[in-house]
Amino acid sequence: MAKPKVATTSLAGCFGCHMSLLDIDERILDLVDKVDFDRSPINDIKEIRGTVDIGLIEGGCANEENVRVLREFRERCRLLISVGDCAINGGVPALRNLVPLGECFEEAYLSGPSVDNPSRRIPDDPEIPRLLDRVRPCHEVVKIDYHLPGCPPSADTLWAALTALLAGKSPELPYELVKYD
Amino acid sequence: MTDGTIPLTVDGRPIEARPGQTILEAAEAAGIYIPRLCWLQGLSPSGSCRVCTVRVNGRPQAACTQPAAPGMVVENDTEELRALRRDLIDMLFVEGNHFCMFCEKSGNCELQALAYRFGITAPKYPFLFPQRELDATHPDLLIDRNRCILCGRCARASRELDGKALFGFTGRGPNRRLAVGAAAGLGATAADAADRAMAACPTGALLAKRVGYAVPVGRRRYDQAPIGSEVARPAGGE
Repeated sequence: MAKPKVATTSLAGCFGCHMSLLDIDERILDLVDKVDFDRSPINDIKEIRGTVDIGLIEGGCANEENVRVLREFRERCRLLISVGDCAINGGVPALRNLVPLGECFEEAYLSGPSVDNPSRRIPDDPEIPRLLDRVRPCHEVVKIDYHLPGCPPSADTLWAALTALLAGKSPELPYELVKYD
Repeated sequence: MTDGTIPLTVDGRPIEARPGQTILEAAEAAGIYIPRLCWLQGLSPSGSCRVCTVRVNGRPQAACTQPAAPGMVVENDTEELRALRRDLIDMLFVEGNHFCMFCEKSGNCELQALAYRFGITAPKYPFLFPQRELDATHPDLLIDRNRCILCGRCARASRELDGKALFGFTGRGPNRRLAVGAAAGLGATAADAADRAMAACPTGALLAKRVGYAVPVGRRRYDQAPIGSEVARPAGGE
């Protein structure tokens, strides 16, 4: 029987949730026995190649590229999991939701105390993904099947959830593994 | 009924209230936890957060304001009421800006602890990201209205325990805000870090400066056991 496939990505996140996944220590050997990794920063595969059983999303949606990747994951993944506070509520990137987008650009590229930008130009190359009006949690963009809160979710939380999902169960976390920090 | 005590039942469990006790106080004394946010022991109840809503003889009532009466049949820990409380907590999260990941109160916050208790992993309502103001004018204290849930505990504690009445509210509906008794901010009031009002805040909206993150993760108030564990005792236990 083919092994279940797992894909992971970091949208508007800091890769801390991926670091937490690596933090499962020697259990990672069990994990590679149990699953095959499709697209993931861990193996540096850039596009999902087939159909995936479990997709793990770190980070919320801050720009158009985040939305495109999230929709691709939703199309290709049987189960889609929001991992960490940024995916669930926007997290630290969502602090910019309290400031109008124009003011954010102005502060970052024109008027900020450390800005050195003689051209007075705000970057607008078509290669750069355009920012959304505000950072959105993943479940406001696509359907998310399960949420694993934490900043990051602990290695034990990720392990408990993954092993439950691989056993065909929903990841019911014990009290001490549900944390928002 | 003996010695003027008031018999009632909570989720089928017989308890006795003293005259003058509310349902919440009687349940608390009997080792039954009724979730609450705006209620704090030693302050007058306000019945505003509705998290303590129970059914009394079938009718919804705030347990913190409703006096116990003979023969009351109180429902507390039912699926319906748990769902209602979960939704109230959910709304308090999306109506404010609660960034738990860097909040100094995280791990000791009653709002967060209730969300943990109800197993909330993500809110079901959309986030509003409202504009709220900070007040850092006081040398030892900070008001972060992003985290204020308008429970009024600081206002009642200041009035009833500190004798200062430093806090009140302005605005209505979504524009309601915590206000202080000086246009220049908290620093221009008689607020003191030792005031009971400062410790009355259930969230990180009222904080002492320079003391954050003192307790390591894992040893904070709600890291290991849910809020309410300190109240709940099995039936018959004393």
